[in-house]
This record gives sequence, structure tokens and C-alpha cells, in this order.
Amino acid sequence: MTTIRTDVSASKPPTQGSAARHAATRTARRREVRLLSGLGHLALALWALIVLVPIAWTFISSLKTGPEIFGNAWTMPKVLHFDNFSRAWTKAHIGKYMINSIIVVSLSTFGTMLFGSMAAYVLARYKFWGNRLIYYLFVSGLAFPVFLAITPLFFAVKSMGNLPVIGPWIGLDTRGGLILVYIAYSLPFTVLFLAAFFKTLPDSIAEAAIMDGASHTRLFFRVMLPMARSGLVSITIFNILGQWNQYLLPVALLQGQGAEDRWVLTQGIANISTSAGYESDWPALFAALTLAILPMIVMYAIFQRQIQAGLTAGALK
Amino acid sequence: MRHGKYPFVISFLAIPVVLYVIYVIGPYAQAFYLALTNYNGFSAPTFVGFENFTRMFHNDLFWKAVQHNLFLLVALPLVTMAIALFLSFMLNVGGRSRGGVRSGVWGSKFYRLVFFFPQVLAVVIVAVLFQQILRPDASGAVNGPLHTLGVSPIGFLTNPTVAMWTVLAVLVWQAVGFYVVLFSAGMSNIPQDIYEAADLDGAGRFSMFFRVTLPLLFDTVQVAWVYLGIAAFDAFALVQVLTVEQGGPDGATTVLANEVYKNFLQSKAGYASAMGVALFFLTLTFAGLTVRLSRRERVDF
Repeated sequence: MTTIRTDVSASKPPTQGSAARHAATRTARRREVRLLSGLGHLALALWALIVLVPIAWTFISSLKTGPEIFGNAWTMPKVLHFDNFSRAWTKAHIGKYMINSIIVVSLSTFGTMLFGSMAAYVLARYKFWGNRLIYYLFVSGLAFPVFLAITPLFFAVKSMGNLPVIGPWIGLDTRGGLILVYIAYSLPFTVLFLAAFFKTLPDSIAEAAIMDGASHTRLFFRVMLPMARSGLVSITIFNILGQWNQYLLPVALLQGQGAEDRWVLTQGIANISTSAGYESDWPALFAALTLAILPMIVMYAIFQRQIQAGLTAGALK
Repeated sequence: MRHGKYPFVISFLAIPVVLYVIYVIGPYAQAFYLALTNYNGFSAPTFVGFENFTRMFHNDLFWKAVQHNLFLLVALPLVTMAIALFLSFMLNVGGRSRGGVRSGVWGSKFYRLVFFFPQVLAVVIVAVLFQQILRPDASGAVNGPLHTLGVSPIGFLTNPTVAMWTVLAVLVWQAVGFYVVLFSAGMSNIPQDIYEAADLDGAGRFSMFFRVTLPLLFDTVQVAWVYLGIAAFDAFALVQVLTVEQGGPDGATTVLANEVYKNFLQSKAGYASAMGVALFFLTLTFAGLTVRLSRRERVDF
């Protein structure tokens, strides 16, 4: 195993007497390097196992029968029970919850990106009275824990439900209400990040477009948004994952009678885990977990780079 | 350019600002007021001064929750960052060097891919998953092998002294990958010649890490500390779903967020808001202290 250290010390003009000492430190260091990289490999492999084994175990358990699940944890299933999955999909309503999650998250992420980028663009590139005030209003939202707001938020959504005409669509226990709340709580980070991004875009192109007679709106949708694509992709992924994995807001806002039909996936999974006890359908719980994890693996495998960039975007700014 | 600027600005800002004021600013502002009332969601709120706060300060569960939050505040960043720094150092600098360029270890792409994955999963899914894995009998993925070895099963979630450590461990399990990626990005920004210079001066890998990598990574470490500190004040979904009795056994794992939520469900709107205010001031203190303590000269490279 050659390392840079040995190369470098070898290229140094050897002074008499120090050569022996050099050789000694060289072998000592080489041993240290070998030991450390061995330990390093071991540690890396160990952590990979710590991450993968729980997930693999869940997948295997999803093919077992009830008694097998309560037997020894590491025995393999005798027959692969794929029927667990159909029970999880229909009887445990995983299908319904997943569709609800898809509806809510696609609309709320779209809304977040549309309104967030509009606000960020105006705040970043236009001078007007109150600009800084509104900007800091948005940014200050990052400093508060959601738990501070949760009680009054519940009543705010409840009173929105009393509005004429649109009330029934955006009150408590509605998807619309949840979507609006998701958008509102995603705005601070989205605006903060995108405003910084829009500021970096060159003025010359914007000026040229205005010279050509483009309106402000047209300039935004046709010129600025496409130029900001890489920033938009990162924040879209950040918002999709954040909203897909949200738990507090749906359990607080979709808790009424009959709201089960609108529950999102996280809520459904948590509920299956409590009810699996008395309905004693444990295989269906494991199948439900697997069904919730699998799409994430597929998405992650495809968009791995974008997801890592999107989630770490905030921290690296 | 000036022509039609204001109608445009207003049309772009109207919807986001209205949504934000109704659902975010409004509730935050109201929380401070509700904390001083006995509002229960039905009858009109009456002002009761600091009654909610005195009641809270005499509540054992509140203090338990604060303790658990503080425990997480110290332990979560320390453990997560120690593991993440070690792993990312091994990924980036641990490998052999080819042509003078220090490369990561073999398979470093695969490791990064795997490590990061838990971050993509919902906390609720992670919670249910570990609930099953940590079952207290031989059917649990951890207690099963222990049983075979003749070790008596560990009540990861049922034993009050172990349960909080279990919560910490699951939080760490999910968080490490994110910080490995974060620190790796920071480490790859450190120029190669600094390592080469340290090499010439005879630095081993240990001193290389502590004298070169860590100081130059200080900004990233600081960001990580803030992120993990904020996570330590949350932990809601995990405690709610993973632990027995949502914060048990007997309050052994409860955190402030769960106490807020519990009181909110019991229609104690005023009291829940008071706890929310307490949580807010704890978070604020943490943020203030972090900024104070981490003021330090920046190394540009």
C-alpha cells in the first residue's frame, strides 16, 4: 500500500543519519495507515448494516404469517405471503392514504413553489415600500417552533371553515385546509432560499427582455423562472419530502369524525400500528410499512443526487 | 421599468402574504395571548395572567419533558456528529492516494447512498419500524438473537431507564447520513495542498483530522449543531409513535412538543399555548447561546 506520505518523504533529499529514522517512521506510519483504513472500512460497513438490516428485516417480515412474526425474529418465512400486501392495500387502506398523500403533497408543493417563487422574486428584485418588512416577516417564521402555533392554528383553520362558499373546502378535516397550511408553513424557507437565488441572476437579461416589451409577469414566467431552475429543483424536492413526511399538521387538523377518508400516509401508518394490536393483523402492518418504504427507495435511487442536494441546500447556503 | 410596478408587486405578493398572515403570523401572535387565558376552545377566553405558567412550573411532567429536551439537546448533536465526522473522514480521506490525490475509500459512493437513505423516510415510518424491531421478546429483531445467546431480553421501550436512550438512538440512526453528506461536502472543499502541507510536516491521520479537517470544517459543524439542536426541541413524531403511551412509560420519554400536543387534544388551549411559549423561549435561548459561543475568526480558503 503506497501512500502519499511515503512518496513525499522518498523524494526529499535524504540527509545522512536521518535516513534510518525516516525509514522507521515510514514503516510505523504505513502500519498506522493500514490499521486506520482497516478500521475505517469496518466502521463504514458496520454502519451500512445498521441502516440496511432493519429495513430488510421489515421487508422479510411482510411476507410472514402472524404466528411466524411472533416466533423467532430471524426465521425466514416458509411460504411467501404476498396476500399480506393486498390486505394492507385494501383492508388497512394504505392505498387510500397513499392517494391522499399524493393529492395533498402535489397540490401543496405546486402552490408552495408558485407563491414562494413569486414572493421571493418580487422581494429580491424590486424596490418598494415595505419590502424589507415583508421579507423579515417571512424569515422570522423560521425562528418559531410549530408547536407554539398549533393550538391557535387549529382554531384559525376551524374559522376558515365558516367562510361562505369556500368554507367547506378549506375548514378542519378537509384536504384543502391542510394544503393551504402546508403552503403557508413552507413559505419561510422557500422564500428565504429563492430570494437569495433570484438576487444572483444577472440584470442584463432582465433589462433586455423589458426593452423588448415584455411585461413584468411575462419576464418572471418566461425568463427568470427558467433561469432559476436549479434552485427551484432543490427547493421543490425539499418541500415534497418535508410535506410528504409531515405528521403533526395532519394529525392536528384531520382528527375529526369521518376524517379517516382524507388521512395521509403518515397518519395511516401510525394508526395501523396502534390498531394492529387489537385487530392482530401484524403481517398487514409489515406489508403496509414495506409499501410505504418501497416507493421512497425507488425515488431515491432515481433522484439520489437531486435529493441529497435538495435536502442539504439549506445547510450549505 | 417603473411603469406598472406597484400593481405587479401587489399581485405577486398578495396571496403568499395573506396565506402567511392567516396561518403562520396570526397563530404565532395569538399563542402568546392565549397562554395568558383559560381558553378551552368553546367558551370565550378569560384573561388569567400567569396562572397557566405557575401551574406548568408545578407540573412534574413539564419538568420531565424539559429534562428530556435538554438531554437530547446535548446528546443528539454530540453522538450524531461524532459518528458522522468519523464516517465522513473515513469516506473522504481514509482511502489510499493515487497520483498524489487523496481519494475516498473503496465503495464510498455506495456508502453515502446507503447512509443518507433513512433521511428520506418519514419519522413515523421509522418509528413504527423500530417499534417492531425493538419488541421486548424473542420476536424482536434485536432481542431475538439476544434470546438465543441466553441474554435476558431488554425492554428498549418498556424499561423507563432505557427508553430515552432508545429514542436518542433512533434519532441518531436517522440523522447520521444527512451529516455524513454535509460534512463530506465540507471536506471536499478543503484544498488538497493543505493536506499535502500537513503531510510534509509529518502529520498522522489523527492529527490531520483534529488539526486540519475539524478546524477548517468549523462553519459546517456549527450549522450541524444548530440543525441538531432544533431537532432536539422537536422529536414529536418519534416520541408520539415509537414510545409506549406516547411519551411513556410513565412520562419517561415525553418531550415538550408532546406535552403541548397532549394538552391541545384535551382542549386545554390556554395551557397548551403556555407550554408552547416555554418551548419557544428555550429554543430562543439555545439559538442565542449558539451564536454567542460560536463567534470565532473565520478561516478563508
